[in-house]
Amino acid sequence: MSEEKVITVKGLTKRFGDFTAVDGITFDVGRGEIFGFLGANGAGKTTAMRMLCGLSRPTAGSGTVAGYDILTQPEEVKRSIGYMSQRFSLYEDLTVLENLRLFSTIYGMSKREIKERGDIVFRQLGMENMRDTLVSDIPTGWKQKLAFTVSTIHNPGVVFLDEPTGGVDPLTRRKFWELIYRESSRGMTVFVTTHYLDEAEYCNRVSIMVDGRVEALDTPRNLKEKYHAATMDQVFRTVAGAAKRGD
Amino acid sequence: MAKNSILGALLRKEILMLKRNPFIPRVIVMLPIMVMLVIPLVANLDVKHVGVDVVDNDRSQLSRRIAADIDASEYLTVTGHYNTYDEALRSLERGKSDVILTIPPHYERDMESGRFPKIDLAANGVNATKGALGANYTIASVAATLRLTAAMSPGPLTSAAAEADSNPVSVMYMYNPTLNFRNFMVPALMVMLVIMICGFLPTLNLVSEKEKGTIEAMNVTPVGRMTFVMSKLIPYWVIGLLVVSIAILIGWLVYGLIPVGNVLSIYLAAVLFTLVMSGLGLIIANKSATVLQSILMMFAVIVVCQLMSGLFTPISSMPEWAQLITYAVPPRYFIEIVRAVYLKGTSVSELWMQFVILAAMGGLLCATAAATYRKRS
Repeated sequence: MSEEKVITVKGLTKRFGDFTAVDGITFDVGRGEIFGFLGANGAGKTTAMRMLCGLSRPTAGSGTVAGYDILTQPEEVKRSIGYMSQRFSLYEDLTVLENLRLFSTIYGMSKREIKERGDIVFRQLGMENMRDTLVSDIPTGWKQKLAFTVSTIHNPGVVFLDEPTGGVDPLTRRKFWELIYRESSRGMTVFVTTHYLDEAEYCNRVSIMVDGRVEALDTPRNLKEKYHAATMDQVFRTVAGAAKRGD
Repeated sequence: MAKNSILGALLRKEILMLKRNPFIPRVIVMLPIMVMLVIPLVANLDVKHVGVDVVDNDRSQLSRRIAADIDASEYLTVTGHYNTYDEALRSLERGKSDVILTIPPHYERDMESGRFPKIDLAANGVNATKGALGANYTIASVAATLRLTAAMSPGPLTSAAAEADSNPVSVMYMYNPTLNFRNFMVPALMVMLVIMICGFLPTLNLVSEKEKGTIEAMNVTPVGRMTFVMSKLIPYWVIGLLVVSIAILIGWLVYGLIPVGNVLSIYLAAVLFTLVMSGLGLIIANKSATVLQSILMMFAVIVVCQLMSGLFTPISSMPEWAQLITYAVPPRYFIEIVRAVYLKGTSVSELWMQFVILAAMGGLLCATAAATYRKRS
């Protein structure tokens, strides 16, 4: 992990009327890092991530992603990132291949590049025989792997994953994380939110959001030491237990 | 160049998804066919079968001829002969007839002696259209009988004929000589179909992307909002022209109605009008969070479009303030063009004002649709 910062955030705030969803958060993420973004429901994770991706306008504070200002250059940010939301960001009525083609073209890839890249990723995913299957007809675990692949098809410097592994079994989640590791080892920065605390152990660093603020941020090992906990699960219970909002 | 290939990819996506939709392609083809085949048959505003009760106090050759001629008319039927007006009125009150014609005693004799006796006419105003038109048809029929009688027996009746002829009102219905309701209805239905299909479908399409969450996947990519909005407009532009073609075809094959003017001017107007409706639909979609919300909004817009555009009721008979509002209702101009081209054969150069207004409205609405589309909330 180099010292180069791919994401920098200073005092980032988002208010909806009287409600402060994200309350002045500050952190950096380095190149190639897997950054776990934890928090209870309603802590403001998704809102913070949407601001970083240029989907939501910050109320206050500043930040850069891949060298672009998230306030003034949201479209440049979008060119340099990948984003996979908790709701599948694929078109269910299109086939696996059609989805891949659509998003590759949008990121400006040529027909030949798309074909070459498509062949490689389908082989890697073991989805060669699913190319012409409608996305609505493939199992959830496969959809998640495909959505990840599609969101990183243009080799972005950063990928944002919003609860990418919801609703699948531990084995499928494990396979998904193998994909994350592979991209990370090639230098892609991974910014991931999750509710599975075992997944937090896979991250290089973890932040825990409580009521719109970042209450803890360190490596999983340091966090466990600091809170005298054996697992990240215990750390999370200690830190997020003080939350006033949430379900 | 890159922009074009992105638009191409987005259009391809729209077409594939449209083709795979189990419902929309059927709506696009079946709705125009059903509407064009069924509605002109059932929604008939021609006034026919007007029932006339005759109270003949004269019982002369002339009075009998008047009644017989009424019965022979295409629109009028003599429903009964009564001795007194009160008896006839009871029949009218029971809904058996619409008009009572009372011929005074000594009508023929007084007419011959040039005393201009008056025939009395009473019409039922409950169904105002039928009553008013029925009364007019009856007057016309009586006048024709008097004129004819005068022509056949010169002499005693000439004065009556002179009176009939001196009636300054002579109606000639231009461009739709038989006042055939279908000639009026077919172009109106064509406009209605474009309003519905090009208004509803793009709205539903965009809002359902919002509901499914796929719009977020688009918003997080570098796709320009103009490109994205174009990808939602172009398919419905083509669909709008398809709908117009089906309507023109059925108008010709089933109702024998061919535009007197150039059919291409109808297409040119349709090109502009589909943009107007789709642009309007996309603006509503941009402002709606759910499909239900957008449907309610679109419904309100469509009701105004249908009732305030002169589609089914003439603008000239609206109150003045409402007439002013119709200038802002886009289908008004499309209807004027379609009717003028269909029935009068008016050319584009004579209708330039309507075309310019439609084009301006289309441009404005599409630009607003692109401007109100937010990639960032």
